Amino acid sequence: MTPNKNISETGLPKQKPDKKANDAWILRLYVAGQTPKSITAFKNLKAICEEQLKGKYQIEVIDLIKNPQLCREDQILAVPTLVRKLPAPVRKIIGDLSNTDRVLVGLDLKVLS
Amino acid sequence: MDKKKIASTIQTLPKSLTGIQGLDEITGGGIPKGRPTLVCGSAGCGKTLFAMEFLVHGAMMYNEPGVFLAFEESEKDLAVNVVSLGYDLDKLVADKKMVLDHVHVERKEIEETGEYDLEGLFIRLNYAIDSIGAKRVVLDTIETLFSGLPNPLILRSELRRLFQWLKEKGVTAIVTGERGEGTLTRQGLEEYVSDCVIVLDHRVTEQSSTRRLRIVKYRGSTHGTNEYPFIIEETGFSVLPITSIGQEHTVSSERISSGIPRLDTMLGSKGYYRGSIVLVSGTAGVGKSSLSACFSDAACARGEKVLYFALEESPRQIKRNMRSIGIDLEQWEKKGLLVFHAKRPTFYGLESYLTAMHKAVNDFKPMVVVIDPLSSFIIGTNQFEAKSMIMRMVDFLKINNISVFMTHLTTGVNDYTGIDISSLIDTWLLLRDIELGGERNRGMYILKSRGMAHSNQIREFKLTDHGVELLDVYVGPEGVLTGSSRITKEAKEKAEQLLRNQEIENKQLALDRKRKAINAQIDFLKAEFEAEEIETLKNIELNKLRENLLLQDRVDMAINRKGDIIIKTSKLHKPKGNDAKTK
Repeated sequence: MTPNKNISETGLPKQKPDKKANDAWILRLYVAGQTPKSITAFKNLKAICEEQLKGKYQIEVIDLIKNPQLCREDQILAVPTLVRKLPAPVRKIIGDLSNTDRVLVGLDLKVLS
Repeated sequence: MDKKKIASTIQTLPKSLTGIQGLDEITGGGIPKGRPTLVCGSAGCGKTLFAMEFLVHGAMMYNEPGVFLAFEESEKDLAVNVVSLGYDLDKLVADKKMVLDHVHVERKEIEETGEYDLEGLFIRLNYAIDSIGAKRVVLDTIETLFSGLPNPLILRSELRRLFQWLKEKGVTAIVTGERGEGTLTRQGLEEYVSDCVIVLDHRVTEQSSTRRLRIVKYRGSTHGTNEYPFIIEETGFSVLPITSIGQEHTVSSERISSGIPRLDTMLGSKGYYRGSIVLVSGTAGVGKSSLSACFSDAACARGEKVLYFALEESPRQIKRNMRSIGIDLEQWEKKGLLVFHAKRPTFYGLESYLTAMHKAVNDFKPMVVVIDPLSSFIIGTNQFEAKSMIMRMVDFLKINNISVFMTHLTTGVNDYTGIDISSLIDTWLLLRDIELGGERNRGMYILKSRGMAHSNQIREFKLTDHGVELLDVYVGPEGVLTGSSRITKEAKEKAEQLLRNQEIENKQLALDRKRKAINAQIDFLKAEFEAEEIETLKNIELNKLRENLLLQDRVDMAINRKGDIIIKTSKLHKPKGNDAKTK
């Protein structure tokens, strides 16, 4: 959490314009009920998005307990799972998104140095 | 607590039939119901098929729908893989008897960013189970998760939770696992699934592969502890040597000719039973194949279809060789009554050969099957497997009322079969070399023949240009003689007999002569005696006459001399007369 500011600030501006800067970001967060983990994940996601993708992202939260068939359709195993639907390609990130660094890597917002 | 629970259910541990041939017998009714069972083994040993059969049988035979959670193969691949076994997964899925779900995990696509759990998998499985009311679940191979998801610690605790959850859900589950170095599974799944563990093994010894199955543990139940060979055949998974068909096939009392009239006579005058298993064993070159050909020929002549498994010779060679003893197999082949199936078992491996045999039999539907020779199945030290295999084959043929004629090459005198299959055999002919007088002849006798009064005689077995002939052997004080020694012996015997007859005749003649001589002598003596008798009597008469005359004379003289004494009796007169005479 602590080093994310430095790295993200240095890493992001280079990456973002190069890639799909104009594309809208559609992110899906799959959770299983209102568990502490899912709440944490949502909070973390929100924070990252606000910081990195302000104004061009969209978060859908899907509760698998309510829509169990989606587990199969979207190949979800672990909870919480964040799926980057757009821009393509689809990326999957599991966990409560507390490791911002890894989230950014997972979302293709940053390359590992 | 767990232990208590188990202890209380020992007596009535409910089991779930797998429908896998042989397995339900060794486990005494299947795998534990409502619990997970671990099936582990190395790659390609049949884990997935095992699990799939369990599900398909559940859905088709026991009305227990099932969920197949595949971590390695896609639904499509799974369905294609079992089409050859005659399972239509798509239909089962459409009928809501089965759910196939491919869990796709790709490490590259997944980034771990913190705490997670596998609730998604739980929900997914739960949804699948509830959607069809599944009673059976297969997780194949759940260990894939370890390579697909980071953080094994979380995974382990989640798996533990998963198996617990499956138990609570009350589904009978099969969890497959890849075999690890020194452990049953690579990730130590046996730690979590502890009710029943089955290990599958696929090993190659002396270039022939065998699959084996062992129940490592089965809590709360007795089970067979051996390593059982199993095969994957046309009909699927099959654990040996137990055959599920039991002993309840119908038997025929119809008799069929062996193709050799005298052999039929030896077999209670009628030949073999239809649907019986005939084994001919003997050393090399005693005519085993010729007997098979005779039998095939006779069967074809009756219009029956014959499937000839030629394991060592090529069909052409067999046909050529049989022509030399006057059996034309080609005509039957042309008529479609005889089909040769010529492949060495080494080419396939035992298991596949059995599969191929099944297929050939099912396709051709013969009434007679010839396996020539059985000994080809034994490669190296696989006798046990070979026996199991032959047993399965024979069972399969028997249940279809197919007569089986097998030959077996033996090496020693007492080595009847090498593989101990005598209990399977209904009629067992033994061909033997008889070496005598500088030549080798063939002898044949019936070692056993169930259900008929059969001959106990050794017959000389002769291959002539018009087929196989059986001859009586010479049995005499010098033992059993065959071939030319039999012929010479017989000739010698004949000559001796002639001589003896002549001697008897001569003696009889001599006796006759003697009798005649004696009779003649007797006649002569009699005649002599008679002559003497007559003479003597005559003399006596003469003397009497003379005496009387003398007496008369004396009387006359006395009368003349005017003697006073007249002697009355001649006896008294005689001495006097004599006196008088001398005087």
